[in-house]
Amino acid sequence: MSEAAPDAEAIAHKREHPVRATLRRLFHHRLFVTGLVLFGIIAIIAAAAPWITDVDPQRLSMRNKFLSPSETWLFGTDNFGRSLWSRVVWGAQLSMIIGASVVALNAVFGTLIGAAAGYFRKLDNALMRVNDALMAFPAILLAIAVTSVLGPSTLNVILALSIVYIPRTARIVRSSVIVLREMEYVQAAVAAGAGHWRILRHHILPNAMAPMIVQLSFLFAYAVLSEATLSFLGVGAVPPTPTWGNIMAEGRDFMREAPWIITIPGVMLMITVMGLNLLGDGLRDVLDPRLRIQQ
Amino acid sequence: MNLLDVSGLTTAFMTGRGEVNAIEDVSFSLKEGEILGIVGESGSGKSVTALTIMDLLPKPPARVAAGEVTFNGERLTGLSDRQMQQVRGPGISMIFQEPMTSLNPVFSIGDQIMETIAAHERLSQADLRRRAITMLDKVGIPSASRRLDDYPHQMSGGQRQRVMIAMALACNPKLLIADEPTTALDVTIQAQILDLLMDLRDEFGMGVIIITHNMGVIAETADRVLVMYAGRVIEEAPVATIFDRPMHPYTRGLLECVPSLTEDKPRLVAIPGTLPEPARRPPGCRFGPRCAHALPSCAAAIPPLETLEPAHAAACFRAKELAPA
Amino acid sequence: MTTPLIEATALSKHFEVGGGGLFGLRKPATLKAVDEVSFTIKAGETLGLVGESGCGKSTLGRLLLRLIEPTSGRVAFDGNEITGIGRMEMRGFRRSMQIIFQDPYGALNPRMSVEDIIAEPLLIHGARMNAETRGKVAQMLEKVGLPARALDRFPHEFSGGQRQRIGIARALVLHPRLIVCDEAVSALDVSVQAQIVNLLQDLQREMGLTYLFIAHDLSVVRHISDRVAVMYLGKMVEVADKATIYAAPLHPYTQALIAAVPAQHPAQRSRGKRQRIVGDIPSALNPPSGCRFHTRCPHVMPVCRETAPPLRTTAPGHQVACHLIDP
Repeated sequence: MSEAAPDAEAIAHKREHPVRATLRRLFHHRLFVTGLVLFGIIAIIAAAAPWITDVDPQRLSMRNKFLSPSETWLFGTDNFGRSLWSRVVWGAQLSMIIGASVVALNAVFGTLIGAAAGYFRKLDNALMRVNDALMAFPAILLAIAVTSVLGPSTLNVILALSIVYIPRTARIVRSSVIVLREMEYVQAAVAAGAGHWRILRHHILPNAMAPMIVQLSFLFAYAVLSEATLSFLGVGAVPPTPTWGNIMAEGRDFMREAPWIITIPGVMLMITVMGLNLLGDGLRDVLDPRLRIQQ
Repeated sequence: MNLLDVSGLTTAFMTGRGEVNAIEDVSFSLKEGEILGIVGESGSGKSVTALTIMDLLPKPPARVAAGEVTFNGERLTGLSDRQMQQVRGPGISMIFQEPMTSLNPVFSIGDQIMETIAAHERLSQADLRRRAITMLDKVGIPSASRRLDDYPHQMSGGQRQRVMIAMALACNPKLLIADEPTTALDVTIQAQILDLLMDLRDEFGMGVIIITHNMGVIAETADRVLVMYAGRVIEEAPVATIFDRPMHPYTRGLLECVPSLTEDKPRLVAIPGTLPEPARRPPGCRFGPRCAHALPSCAAAIPPLETLEPAHAAACFRAKELAPA
Repeated sequence: MTTPLIEATALSKHFEVGGGGLFGLRKPATLKAVDEVSFTIKAGETLGLVGESGCGKSTLGRLLLRLIEPTSGRVAFDGNEITGIGRMEMRGFRRSMQIIFQDPYGALNPRMSVEDIIAEPLLIHGARMNAETRGKVAQMLEKVGLPARALDRFPHEFSGGQRQRIGIARALVLHPRLIVCDEAVSALDVSVQAQIVNLLQDLQREMGLTYLFIAHDLSVVRHISDRVAVMYLGKMVEVADKATIYAAPLHPYTQALIAAVPAQHPAQRSRGKRQRIVGDIPSALNPPSGCRFHTRCPHVMPVCRETAPPLRTTAPGHQVACHLIDP
């Protein structure tokens, strides 16, 4: 066909694979890189906990109590003379585990529920009303209620936070699935005889991933923050297991004489949450085509 | 004196791949009461031309890199935002393609028209209302005094475009720019709106620029035509001349590739290839790679817009040679 | 008489709109998007379907392919009724009927390569991604005028016209018999539109395709169609071969539609010369009683407000739904 020739010219040079192009844009995004570095530091500290601490975070040493940060005691000691460095580092690990678990549970169940509600109109009403009921509670009150019923433990904190956040994730997935369900390429697949499973797997879920990933990065931050809140309130992981929340709760009474006890985990928490939020903002800028400036 | 003079206008956009000229060296003029049609396909720069004249482009990424706009004897290029606000409305006003999103959904149409007038004239509430009703009446909204308090969602697409026109004309502008005013409308409504624009031009005598991709809209309305391709003006002539004796191969292609409503054509004469994206325009004549008459020399330099016969200019190295005798 | 390739009988699609509210108390309104429409398309023929927004032409196209289920009425493909048949049985018919969409951006999955997009219909119908399938895809790609190196590219790397070619390749790879072209060239720039129209015509000749060509541009429809059907607010108002319908339209709406098309030369300007229909298209949610066009019709009579005129045959191959026309 003679008309094809100049058309062919127009696509002569190969452009990047979309995944690589996205990664390139992400690593040129200043906020994303800053967020990644901040969060990365905390994540590495958490992962390296057994190697970078030499003192058991639960070992009491009454004669060393209230030591301010120094060369021997990097972050100082608390009211029981425990190494605050050890406690904060192990607390970081716990925060990361809880955050990652909540994110993983949300990714699986939020996607399942959201996709089912968005794609199968018959399920939508039932699933979304249950969702609405759960979302009607203030998040932290619902989490407290769940942990008080299940009893305080790390696992129960993960469960409670998942119950709180899965409805929110499901709603986000559902709304993108509803939009995608009406796309013409989905119609084309139906016209070609594709079944529901194929349509969901090839056409809907891959395209619903972008807003989902953005949401999950923010969710990680919420989960870390909420875990700290629950521990601070005494319904989180059971002391003496160190978490940022219960270190701060204990440090609250000694704010005047040992301000580092409450400040250091607070700063760590702030760095984590800020890093994740920057990361999420960057992801949203790059992945959300509605915000991307057409060039 | 011309109502509008545009000379050498070049607007650049900052993109991820560096600065790209959306329009380049655009020059034309317009007299009072005249309807100028600007026709072009996507990426031709026809809308950017209008938005540059109105100074409505976000800066950055946009930047007027060269050229100037003179309106009614006053140089608009370089005016402050405030001064430009005084020009928009009573001087130049504009209507857009999408009547759905051009009106604010939370205010009644009467409020929106009255607000436009109040921005430029000190009138009592009652006078404002009277003016708004007159305007709605003029644009053919039936029972205007009752519709004044309606909200945009209560109106059809055609009526919304009428309201937009009423708003644009409320301050009696000397120049109206209509950017694809009928593209979103159905064909029976399009005919009504085009009739309305011509009636209003006859009544108010303002100059009109109609921007469109549709040669039919040009045939129906324009006195003079500017054909744009890939950011540049490639031909300019009175409307009958454009249709009878087009000189640029692109203009000729544009006229030939549309099917006819009355004649059978066995096959359409298509222009091969695709429109170049602004960042990857070919060297030399931008139409060269798609042109059946292109010579190797066409890629060497950009052909200037040359006046080849009275009131008829084209930007093609081979225009004279290829012109029908 | 040979059986038509596709036959629609009294096909209707009603949507419930609004409704629900608190405790589902609010009564839903019924939108009759397509109301008792009957027509046939012969094998190898192109039927143009025109009408303005809200007339139901797109819905009708999707009903034919059972992309949406009709409220009532029947569709027969090559003499076999396909309304109400099971999913697996329908799959057999899906090979033979395909659709090309308007929006070259929304019609291709942005996360699939061109090869995967065109191969998908083959894979759905049991093929494996092997040399044979790849061969078929490459051949199809060439047929629609794209080079083989387009195969591993992604949709965003192509222009609108090129994407439309990819969409056509996907629709044709199963060698269907019927193609519904739903505003397939409407979103394209005119210089590119002509290329795609030519391509569709070449492919029709080569592969013996039957088209339902849905569009609002009357000149394009005239160019590509053998017969033309006109819809207004869910009803079919006139059907005839293209020469008749453009030269001597009978229904006042068809007349108005043709008169409203902009002139092709400034010497034929229509302002003040041709009759315009006044007013706006009424909402399909609350269509006028009787003949749906009566609110805008220049020849309206009392009977038009009360009874809807049936679609009647006035001459061989020419059907009109208007009280003015005596059969």
